[in-house]
Amino acid sequence: MSASWQRNVPIEPERYELRAASPYHFELDRREFFKFLGAGLVVVSVLKPAAIAQESGGRQRRGESLPQEIDAWLHIGENGRVTAYTGKVEIGQNIRTSLAQAVAEELRVPIESIECVMGDTKLTPFDMGTFGSRTTPTMNLQLRKVASAARDVLTGLAAQQWKTDRQSLKAADGKIVDPQTNRSVEYAALMKGQQLTEVLPAEDPLIPAADWSVAGKSIPKVDGLEFVTGKHRYPSDQTLPEMLYGKVLRPPAFDATLVSVDTQKAEQMGATVVHDGNFIGAAAPTSQLAEAAVAAIHAEWKSEPQISNKELFDYLRKNTTEGKDPTGDGDRFDTGNVDQALNSADHKVQATYTVEYIAHTPLEPRAALAKWDGDQLTVWTGTQRPFGVRGQLAEAFRIPEEHVRVLMPDMGSGYGGKHTGETAIEAARLARAAKHPVKVVWTREEEFTWAYFRPAGVIDVSSGVRKDGTITAWEFHNYNSGSAGIRTYYEVPNQRIVFHPVNSPLRQGSYRALAATANHFARESHMDELAHRVKMDPLEFRLKNLKDERLRAVFQAAAKQFGWGKGKSAGQGFGMGGGYEKLGNVATFVEVHADRKSGDVKIVRVVSAFECGAIVNPDGLRNQIEGSNVQGLGGALFEAIEFDNGKIVNGRLSQYRVPRFSDVPAIETVLLDRKDLPSAGAGECPMIGLAPAIANAIFDATGARLRAMPLIPNGLKAG
Amino acid sequence: MKTLNPCGFSFTLKNQQSTIVGYIISVTGTTQVLLQQSLRSELTMAKIQLAINKESYSVDIDPQTSLLTVLRERLDLTGSKYGCGEGQCGACTVLIDGKAQRSCITRVGSVAQKQITTIEGLANGDQLHPVQQAFLDVGAMQCAYCTSGMILSAVALLDRNPNPQENEIVDFMDGNICRCGTYPRIVSAIQKAAKASASAKGAAR
Repeated sequence: MSASWQRNVPIEPERYELRAASPYHFELDRREFFKFLGAGLVVVSVLKPAAIAQESGGRQRRGESLPQEIDAWLHIGENGRVTAYTGKVEIGQNIRTSLAQAVAEELRVPIESIECVMGDTKLTPFDMGTFGSRTTPTMNLQLRKVASAARDVLTGLAAQQWKTDRQSLKAADGKIVDPQTNRSVEYAALMKGQQLTEVLPAEDPLIPAADWSVAGKSIPKVDGLEFVTGKHRYPSDQTLPEMLYGKVLRPPAFDATLVSVDTQKAEQMGATVVHDGNFIGAAAPTSQLAEAAVAAIHAEWKSEPQISNKELFDYLRKNTTEGKDPTGDGDRFDTGNVDQALNSADHKVQATYTVEYIAHTPLEPRAALAKWDGDQLTVWTGTQRPFGVRGQLAEAFRIPEEHVRVLMPDMGSGYGGKHTGETAIEAARLARAAKHPVKVVWTREEEFTWAYFRPAGVIDVSSGVRKDGTITAWEFHNYNSGSAGIRTYYEVPNQRIVFHPVNSPLRQGSYRALAATANHFARESHMDELAHRVKMDPLEFRLKNLKDERLRAVFQAAAKQFGWGKGKSAGQGFGMGGGYEKLGNVATFVEVHADRKSGDVKIVRVVSAFECGAIVNPDGLRNQIEGSNVQGLGGALFEAIEFDNGKIVNGRLSQYRVPRFSDVPAIETVLLDRKDLPSAGAGECPMIGLAPAIANAIFDATGARLRAMPLIPNGLKAG
Repeated sequence: MKTLNPCGFSFTLKNQQSTIVGYIISVTGTTQVLLQQSLRSELTMAKIQLAINKESYSVDIDPQTSLLTVLRERLDLTGSKYGCGEGQCGACTVLIDGKAQRSCITRVGSVAQKQITTIEGLANGDQLHPVQQAFLDVGAMQCAYCTSGMILSAVALLDRNPNPQENEIVDFMDGNICRCGTYPRIVSAIQKAAKASASAKGAAR
């Protein structure tokens, strides 16, 4: 593969995104649509093959002949209600709002008249999942096109009715109007008795970003009232008549096998007890009784010795899967001659960077409510991949996917941590035995232990630089953490960049920004080390080696807002980090204050400049950038999962520190709105510049180069 | 009038070695909800009177049960959230006699007869509490799972300190976690609510 960094390579889900197996081949059947949607107009968006390859996950499907697949549809009823259907889900990123904005814009209706049905495997088209910052660049655009096509149909209907030229008509405020005669007709009236379907035409004139009136504005969360009054029902709040509470008996260590089990006492307590393979659980009319029943189960387990944090990084280097199994190879990018370039460089710098496992810690733990009707299974659960969970359920219970319906009520966040359906399977297994609906809500300790983690990693960097600050060689090896953001956007003629996959000792998976956080931490820290070596200003050094205009623009914008180059007082330090990920561009500048005596480091100020094309919702975007920086503080400064011999040692909120109010610095965001460029997502990219910017600022303040994330779990003092 | 979701059990359990009996939870003057509990359970039951959101409830329950469990499972008041079960995250915050308390570590037996306010009881009919309104106006939420607890903590803060400085807000709110990281917005919302309350009082004078 070529090593030259390209902006326009399609985003492929990383291996850690836990791909869905089979996409939904939906047959277009008009009557079916109107049966459950009611009369009116349905506009369907069909994915083009190139887009399918991206959205349905990838590599293994490339080259196959692809069926037409629906990815969104929109219905306008006889009452004028607009309903958009998408398999994407709302997990706090506020896409229920931004998607409604896109529809409102194109359809020229008030945002209040739009409902989004999301993440229901019965009602919405197949979707791979809500991750990878894909909603804004893909779904937002698809719904926009669908709504635009609907507007076109409505205009046509009015033109027909009035026997006039459609070009002279306009859409506004839920009506088609004829400016010449002042006639108008409401969409509802045009829909009366209609059963129209429209498959999205290939080319449809979209409203250019510069002319947006609803999109591009800061619309508050569409159903915010439900949340501030406590009325919204999250997955863990779902109930059904005659519902039981389920509880699972957990093994004392990872990969433990069951030796013996005695469930008699639990059964005598009035609980339904299930023992099936390694699964042991109980369901009872109250959660207390379910807990008491599980506590009364006597089980013996056997487990093998396992490694701890102390051996982690050594283990990762020594346990790559490369060459060991067909899927075990990583990614490799080579160009030029790195070895030669390293040998002939004026300065050669070698350094190793590490990141620990961290936990997503979504405030709402995994939850599911399952109900069987014969062999039909319905599950309400918190997941970023309702269709993926449907597949897991079908597999677990050996029933066809058509018999499984998964619904995803807007949930208490995920950050990449809820791609899987463990809780759904547990609830469904207990419900099948109890012959009643069963709800399972994980405790915080279960969430910390039995979910999955952001991968730990070791990154070795060797680089060569000329005296004048030109980088000539770049060798970069990432063990286990992942390949997202692994390639450098700096201009280097000789590169060797390798991702080495490892058999991870802990269960690991997706996490907001994936490995881009670790790779940017290593790269942007190393850039500072190089700048220091050639005695150049870190900003000047970066710009000297950076051609990409969009990245230059964010670095320059952040530098200006930050006031880069100003003098500093004792203990003060300034640093920067930035990069490109998921179609977004970020530069983050940080001011720290370090007290060498006490070891305390205070993050004083964070300035992020961000550019993701045309901005859909500026306040929503600021919210995501601020949130990314706040969440990023945890992994950068103090979050780390401690584990020993198959057990999580710090799996409670009293032991695992996450950012709180008192950790938050002043955060300033600079938005660069590129109305000439397609909109991209912003849930992940803004996070990647923070950790290296802090590390670089701490170096600036103290001269101490910290190369391990978290940087200062115990302040500047070791241990 | 208070309505509760029906949650009556009318089944016999599979391993029928236990006797199932019904307990009546009465909600003053209105609905009756049937809940059932196994007699064989090792829980000690007692009748506990609770005053929640200006309604009174009588619940047959083990007094050691957490208030959060009672709110969510028995009374269908699911606005109070479970986040950690050890009083570390604040998602379960309710007001008990006006003070912000973590309902997950509050035993229901200890709050009998005290005035309890949950997020469901904060608004006055359709009139939102100024703190609720400010959270909406500022957009101080993403997934909003922490929001009920944040709002109730903020109400308790403003009750004892109507015009808090930023550092006082940070100190008081530090026990409430927002994993989406909307802390700066929550601080702004609290400041906005403080101003709104002050001007409302000024106008009333």
